[in-house]
Amino acid sequence: MKPPPFDYHAPRSLGEALDTLAEVGEHGKVLAGGQSLIPMLNMRLAAPGHLVDINRLPGLADLDVEPGGVRVGALARHAQVERSERVAAVQPLLRRALRLVAHPVIRNRGTVVGSLAHADPAAELPAVLALLGGSVRLARPGAVRDVPAAAFFTGPLESAIEPGELAVSAFFPALPPRSGTAFREVARRHGDYALAGIAALVGLDDDLRVTGAAVACVSLGPVPVIVDVTEAAGHRPAAAADWAAAAQAVWERVEPEADIHATAAYRRHLAGVLAEQALRDAAREAADA
Amino acid sequence: MHEITLTVNGVVQQVAVPGRRLLSDCLRHDLGLTGTHVGCEHGVCGCCTVLLDGEPVRSCLVFAVGADGHEITTVEGLAAPDGTLSPVQRAFAECHGLQCGFCTPGFLCTVTALLRQNPAPTEEEVLEGVSGNLCRCTGYQNIVKSVHRAAEIMAEDR
Repeated sequence: MKPPPFDYHAPRSLGEALDTLAEVGEHGKVLAGGQSLIPMLNMRLAAPGHLVDINRLPGLADLDVEPGGVRVGALARHAQVERSERVAAVQPLLRRALRLVAHPVIRNRGTVVGSLAHADPAAELPAVLALLGGSVRLARPGAVRDVPAAAFFTGPLESAIEPGELAVSAFFPALPPRSGTAFREVARRHGDYALAGIAALVGLDDDLRVTGAAVACVSLGPVPVIVDVTEAAGHRPAAAADWAAAAQAVWERVEPEADIHATAAYRRHLAGVLAEQALRDAAREAADA
Repeated sequence: MHEITLTVNGVVQQVAVPGRRLLSDCLRHDLGLTGTHVGCEHGVCGCCTVLLDGEPVRSCLVFAVGADGHEITTVEGLAAPDGTLSPVQRAFAECHGLQCGFCTPGFLCTVTALLRQNPAPTEEEVLEGVSGNLCRCTGYQNIVKSVHRAAEIMAEDR
């Protein structure tokens, strides 16, 4: 189908973009990559009065990579972040997750920050931001605020972004030494939204004992569900940790919904299986780090 | 209406479009380039794939006005000006990489970019590369063969 009509704005500077967004308020929608927004418009699931296309704003495609983490600008495309060796060196989970996002052609256009702003609980990047404890930087005329992931995702396709605000960047923290990550998901077809997915993070001490273990669950709740499984896994050496018990804790915690593709029980089953696999992968990586 | 300038297959085109005009519709209806096929219009099928500044994108998920000032290559622009088929087009013809042909323009554009980036893809890289394009009739065997054959032709031509 075709998108409903809207007023198209193409600001040339951040100030102009923020002024326009402030002016149009709740009737405005930001267009960056458009790979989630335009399908919603084409299917008439959204009908904003104003589209503010930020693609011509300078500086927003930057990747700021520092030892402490990666700051991704609002116009950085999935493919750009995925290909960056500097990003992969500081935060390898980003590349792993990006390879599961749709298809390469979609990733040429879609943006990382756009995926976060879209706040789809079935998407990979919100889970990554939540698991790593990252944040999203929001701007409005004369004010900037950083919203931590835990407060950013407020519901299915709902985030802390207020009308008139623009998500200008997102920060993905680096991992401490002796940490490992993994991302596992099951989709009906490669590139589809996952029926269920798990991102895992495991930290070890110098004796390779588990000091922290957590997962972020995809398609298993209204927002990325974080489950801390450190206690369940026991403070044991990574190789002897009780990952089955940790997976059981995830299984108990998630509250998936059923749809035409999978029952809630099947999704819950996947949560347990994927959590155990992902935690083992992450622990192995942490031990080798 | 927005006055925009697109360079399509090397030709500068000026066109007036409403903000909501999809690039796929602009190419087909405003410019008469009906080689770009429209399937699902929500980014799943890949039939409408064109090259935007050399990178494959879904033209149903780009607004024409957003492509203002950019270069676009459609399936019509893959062959040489004298009509000589590109290596990818030749390979698809040789290996019978199509049946009904509806999805073919998207495959040709996607594969052209894929081989430009990776001139000798492995089996797995080919499968990943074409995974975003849906074909309902071939089962992909001949399409995958065509991609490998195109890589061969390009290597021979070099």
